[in-house]
Amino acid sequence: MTEHTSDLQTAVSILLTPGGLDLDALESGLGYATGPGVDYADLYFQRTWQEGWVLEDGEVKEANYNIDGGVGVRALAGEKTGFAYSNQITADALMDTGRTASGIVRSGKRLPGQAFKPVTAASYYAGVDPLAGLSADDKVAMLKEADRVARAADPSVSQVSASLSGTYEVVLVNASDGTLAADIRPLVRFNVSVIAVKNGRRERGSAGGGGRYSMSRLRDEHVAERYAKEAVRQALVNLEAVDAPAGQMPVVLGAGWPGILLHEAVGHGLEGDFNRKGSSAFAGLMGQRVASKGVTVVDDATLSDCRGSLSVDDEGTPGQYTPLIEDGVLTGYMQDKLNARLMGMSPTGNARRESFAHLPMPRMTNTVMLAGQDAPSDIIKSVKRGIYAVSFGGGQVDITSGKFVFSASEAYLIEDGRVTAPVKGATLIGNGPEAMSRVSMIGHDMALDTGIGVCGKEGQGVPVGVGQPTLKVDELTVGGTQS
Amino acid sequence: MAQAFDASAQQALLTHRAEGALAMAKRLGADAAEVGASVDQGIGVSVRQGEVETVELSRDQGIAITVYIGQRKGSASSSDASEASLQATVEKALSIARYTGEDPAAGLADAALMATDLPDLHVHHPWDLTTDQAIELALNCEQAGREVSGITQSDGASLSSGEGVRIYANSHGFIGTQKGSRHSLSCMLIAEDDKGMQRDMDYTSARDPRELADPATVGREAARRTLRRLGAKRPPTGTYPVLFDPSMASGLVGHLMGALAGGALYRQASFLCDRLNTPLFPDWFNLEERPMEVGATASSPFDGEGVQTRNNRFIEHGKIASYMLSSYSARRLGMTTTGNAGGARNMRITAPLSTQASLLEQMGTGVWVTELMGQGINGVTGDYSRGAAGFWVEKGVVQYPIEEFTIASNLERMFADLIGVGDDIDRRGSIHSGSWLIEGMTIAGH
Repeated sequence: MTEHTSDLQTAVSILLTPGGLDLDALESGLGYATGPGVDYADLYFQRTWQEGWVLEDGEVKEANYNIDGGVGVRALAGEKTGFAYSNQITADALMDTGRTASGIVRSGKRLPGQAFKPVTAASYYAGVDPLAGLSADDKVAMLKEADRVARAADPSVSQVSASLSGTYEVVLVNASDGTLAADIRPLVRFNVSVIAVKNGRRERGSAGGGGRYSMSRLRDEHVAERYAKEAVRQALVNLEAVDAPAGQMPVVLGAGWPGILLHEAVGHGLEGDFNRKGSSAFAGLMGQRVASKGVTVVDDATLSDCRGSLSVDDEGTPGQYTPLIEDGVLTGYMQDKLNARLMGMSPTGNARRESFAHLPMPRMTNTVMLAGQDAPSDIIKSVKRGIYAVSFGGGQVDITSGKFVFSASEAYLIEDGRVTAPVKGATLIGNGPEAMSRVSMIGHDMALDTGIGVCGKEGQGVPVGVGQPTLKVDELTVGGTQS
Repeated sequence: MAQAFDASAQQALLTHRAEGALAMAKRLGADAAEVGASVDQGIGVSVRQGEVETVELSRDQGIAITVYIGQRKGSASSSDASEASLQATVEKALSIARYTGEDPAAGLADAALMATDLPDLHVHHPWDLTTDQAIELALNCEQAGREVSGITQSDGASLSSGEGVRIYANSHGFIGTQKGSRHSLSCMLIAEDDKGMQRDMDYTSARDPRELADPATVGREAARRTLRRLGAKRPPTGTYPVLFDPSMASGLVGHLMGALAGGALYRQASFLCDRLNTPLFPDWFNLEERPMEVGATASSPFDGEGVQTRNNRFIEHGKIASYMLSSYSARRLGMTTTGNAGGARNMRITAPLSTQASLLEQMGTGVWVTELMGQGINGVTGDYSRGAAGFWVEKGVVQYPIEEFTIASNLERMFADLIGVGDDIDRRGSIHSGSWLIEGMTIAGH
């Protein structure tokens, strides 16, 4: 780990210098946002460079490049938030947006000025431009390799598409509480999707992954070959899939990406805003048992190079390891500054926003269930009739009623303790607190996902990670067609 | 509105910028080019428990450029409107086009198809609304909902109002611009009983603020929808007919259009490949697109490539009468564009319509679905499995609220098993549909 403050100089030169600003100019910028009655204000500068390359029919037919950036200015007064933003990072823009944001209150005391304190934080990824890590020729070559490997893997493969994308993001946060922090966030992803056709049946398989590092690492780790083979394997499994059963039964979730269960069943319900407002099914349960003994769930922004990791969050709070449920007992919420202040708690480094043009709110980073004691094979053996789900498409939760769903993209029947036929993707539905109290076995094989998650909340998407060991939920409702 | 927005001036500015980008692309070596750009401005306020929670003023702009060098293509976009950034964007698109492969299907839509009939479809109705007025409307909405007995909490009410200008231009010389507006008000409330909390919401949305529902009506409807969910049980597992509420039925039309889309078809990623002119729905069912409808949500005389839009009939007498194509997907399929680059606009169903009560009666015993959760739709196979909430119905009479169950089938089977369409049409979105009654879906509950 390296000290993080070196990002600050880079951020200043990328974000402020082109518009004729420097760190001193931020003081007056913040001054406009901290009008009378405002008790907190922040400026969030951001610039992103995004690139995406798409291969179809063996050729890279499309590629696009996007540059975005600007400043978002927020003023808080009690529970009120005023917000404005601009594509321009100039003194005029800071004045206009600052006055607009602070317009939510018109009277009250004026905050005393604070000396800026650069935030000291560890760095959980290298501040590199990930797009520069590979030449355009190398990017094209990677995509073509994925195509070649997938087509060679099985004659039933009829379509292959592959994509390589990356974002280079530079942010700078300056707040009226003295916070001054910068972060350089690389993010890359490689994906392969195939269609396989056999005996008139057509199925899709897909695989992918990435993280906060340079595109060159994707090449060095041979992900094109790995994900191409994995996508074909999944499509072939699905070609053999039978109709899934319908009804309540035990469900064994594989290690890694199935951790999306935690994200939906538990994670969202433990975000500070929902608990402050009392709209979460977990509201008021702090210190109480909300899951089986042995269940420990953490939100961990400090995992090295992971998709959801954050050296500092979007309010400049250092990324943290935040226990949420410890041995089945609710011990923590994920907080941003606003909700932490209103609940008398501390921020946990979970303030995130899609961009400068969006308001931050408490969000997950990498949400993980820690390993238990059971051998995965014993977990399978313990099930008489149930489902073994190893990959998922996506999920959703109603945090108020606690109901969550997630849709399997690769799953199998378990019959008499053995994994048998693959079943068609079925949606699983349950109630968060109930499902967590029905976790009866936890594997020792904790694994992180490969780096593919995008979480949506109030229309804002942010990259997240999940992880878990193999685990058994004694009863979930499986939404197949065979009743 | 708190910030001044001169749509006509913005329109002139965008036109100037788009023309400049096209000229620059040509000068720097593009054989053909196209540009899309937009500017939007709006206000959003939210209130909760009678207090202002957020006031947001937004102003977004972007320009996207696609260039062609022979049959190679490159795209770049930016939110920075400066001349320097525009040049960098064009250069980036050109540099990308040197690495992409030859694609015989790539290119602009045919020049002969460019829209020439460009009427004003009256989709721009700006709202001269101050922040204080916006707050008051949201407060009135929430207040009306909170006053309903049984409502214990509010998740808030939000009002948003915005207008904008978009432009599409290409090197055929086509320039299309459109001014538009969108206003909406929503409210979400919470009620609680000994089994836990429930929430639900209602909203109103329109291009013309005069067409918005009364705020108090929205608040009270949110309360009614929330309260009726209290005491929900789980339905039995089995095979039952399902009545989809209008907004859920619109989702089914959305899945259909996804499968009829050229992009899914040429990738063989649709369960409706090679199904043109074959039956999909009962013969009384027709579905068409009316892109030129005056004042409607998605109206536009030109599509995303400048092609004149037209009244496509996708389903005629139950058969698939047309796919939904852009000129790229059309070339890939050996067909011609249907003017659907960017999707379908204003979908309308023509069919004999029944009242919701008579659909319930026809259903007898089954499930009335008012909410769906998750992404359990497989576009390749049509397999459908989603989480749901709604009501248990016996002998055509609603018995009790139900939750935590799934409904599953296959879209192809569901469309064939469509029994009736309701007259309770939801006109808030671009797909107008009433309720749909579908036979024989698998319910997984207790």
